[in-house]
Amino acid sequence: MKSLGNIRRSFAPWADPQSKPFISFRNITKKFGDFTAVDNLTLDIYHREFFALLGASGCGKSTLLRMLAGFERPTSGEIILDGQDIAAIPPYKRPVNMMFQSYALFPHMTVESNIGFGLRQDGMPKAEIAERVQQMLKLVKLEQFAKRKPQQLSGGQRQRVALARSLAKRPKVLLLDEPLGALDKKLREETQFELMDLQQQLGLTFVVVTHDQEEAMTMADRIAVMSHGKVVQVATPAEIYEAPNSRFVADFIGDVNILEGSVKAAGNGRVELSGGDFTVRAVSDAAPAIGTSAAFAIRPEKLKVSRTAPADPAVNTSEGEIWDIAYLGDMTVFHVKLPSGKVVKTSMLNAQREVENPIGYDEKVWVSFAETAGVVLRD
Amino acid sequence: MTRWSRFNIVSVVLGFAFLYLPIVLLVIFSFNESKLVTVWAGFSTKWYVSLFNNQGLMDAAWVTIRVALLSATVATVLGTMAALSLVRYTRFRGRMLFSGMVYAPLVMPEVITGLSLLLLFVAVGFDRGFWTVTLAHITLTMCFVAVVVQSRLLSFDRSIEEAALDLGATPLRTFFEVTLPIIAPAVFSGWVLAFTLSLDDLVIASFTSGPGATTLPMKIYSQVRLGVTPEINAACTLLIALVAIGVVIASIVTKQRELQRQRDEQAAFAGR
Repeated sequence: MKSLGNIRRSFAPWADPQSKPFISFRNITKKFGDFTAVDNLTLDIYHREFFALLGASGCGKSTLLRMLAGFERPTSGEIILDGQDIAAIPPYKRPVNMMFQSYALFPHMTVESNIGFGLRQDGMPKAEIAERVQQMLKLVKLEQFAKRKPQQLSGGQRQRVALARSLAKRPKVLLLDEPLGALDKKLREETQFELMDLQQQLGLTFVVVTHDQEEAMTMADRIAVMSHGKVVQVATPAEIYEAPNSRFVADFIGDVNILEGSVKAAGNGRVELSGGDFTVRAVSDAAPAIGTSAAFAIRPEKLKVSRTAPADPAVNTSEGEIWDIAYLGDMTVFHVKLPSGKVVKTSMLNAQREVENPIGYDEKVWVSFAETAGVVLRD
Repeated sequence: MTRWSRFNIVSVVLGFAFLYLPIVLLVIFSFNESKLVTVWAGFSTKWYVSLFNNQGLMDAAWVTIRVALLSATVATVLGTMAALSLVRYTRFRGRMLFSGMVYAPLVMPEVITGLSLLLLFVAVGFDRGFWTVTLAHITLTMCFVAVVVQSRLLSFDRSIEEAALDLGATPLRTFFEVTLPIIAPAVFSGWVLAFTLSLDDLVIASFTSGPGATTLPMKIYSQVRLGVTPEINAACTLLIALVAIGVVIASIVTKQRELQRQRDEQAAFAGR
């Protein structure tokens, strides 16, 4: 059976018409004066899902999260959490907790009392608070730091205190606002996997806001790509990458080559585009009208560069000339100039350490790709 | 080490002389044996003794301290509230007007503030005395507190308060358990500023005070008109000492906090 990318686990409630969403945004609009931050947005998130809101700054992702936390009230629309409309409930009465980008630790309290803060607000007995705080410290491996103040901790430790504090009340949903933004690259990658493990272990629903596509792809079950207050596409990371539904998504996630053309033939699950350097024959369910313009989006690693023309006539090919080469270690990126002057980006995995007669600058090459290697975009 | 040029030495000496020569003279002559303020006749502390026996001056000092304590405290509460609403509610109608009006007393000539308060007290038939001076000093110092607290709040990470709300604290508990402890140093410096302003105010107190509520600056001023006695020098020296001690303590506390912060950071990096 063919599928797009690796399947994380057999968890796909969004594909099951029987399952009920745990969080529903229904026609949510949020305006700040004349500025519309969130524009008539409808979105479902399921129980135990690790959901990512991904977009550039100002796309409305943080506003959406803040509305879920209760810091902003939607101008119109409903937010349903576990069957209850929470739009009018103040933040201190919602069963959700948030981990802030700046961590927002209370500087005048020790790690312990930071973690226990929410429990004290609920009037939990002291002994129980102490026990829960110990659990949380153990969960984030900070037992020996209980008596320290936040400013006596490193960035990574502060991040874990913030996490422990937001989990201490056992919220129904954990909101994470750019949770790893302040960490350096190595620590960030480690922590991504820690967060995933934690989410699995606790069986909670996580909603994370991020502008880092790699972070979203790594951690999330599904990603909502946002732009100008709207959701452009909601899908699994593999679908987002391999089958973007628009130029915006194709361009936003990873690298992409967009080949423009006009529709020559369409139907029976195939589309043919002509124009430019390729006659693109693609497998696609899209059925654009003949004569209209369309584009073919293809990722660099799906373009093949070779010295000889491929023999298979089903493969799309064009001549080209090597324009630039960038050696990145794990892979090499070639910029190939096509006859029309358009430069496409291709990448090749460096699976072997030694290469016989490598392709060099200014060489004449063939660029080719399979019928299933990309997607036809109509917009 | 940089060498001191002659020009630099002269500038420093002139500058400090300009600032401190009058004060040094005042302090020296407070220990003068002679009754004449300008003629040195040997060391003595008798003027300090006679100062503490001068009931009029002691009463005035007591009034001043009570006015300063009370007005500084009330002004701190009001000023903090004003600063909070100015920083937090950036979109309310008339905010520009309100913030301008909070700061106006900073630049308003004290004569005008004093006169307008006097007219108000007369108009409403408020007997002038301790309470009118206190009220006037609240008016005077509140805006200074607002400025100090506001500058602290501007650098305050709002998400800390949001975190408290998110964890289930009501807005009121958030203020007392999170906001206030964090801005406490600024609130305290606002209080100290208000206290010292009230302590040395002469103009507004003269306008708004009544019988039985003479403050120390008023008393000193009226005595000086009759001729300076070394007693006044002694009183001023004590005031200077009081202020100096306060400044020294404040700077030591700040310095130690800074050192503590540096140690904390080192511990954090070492403990990773």
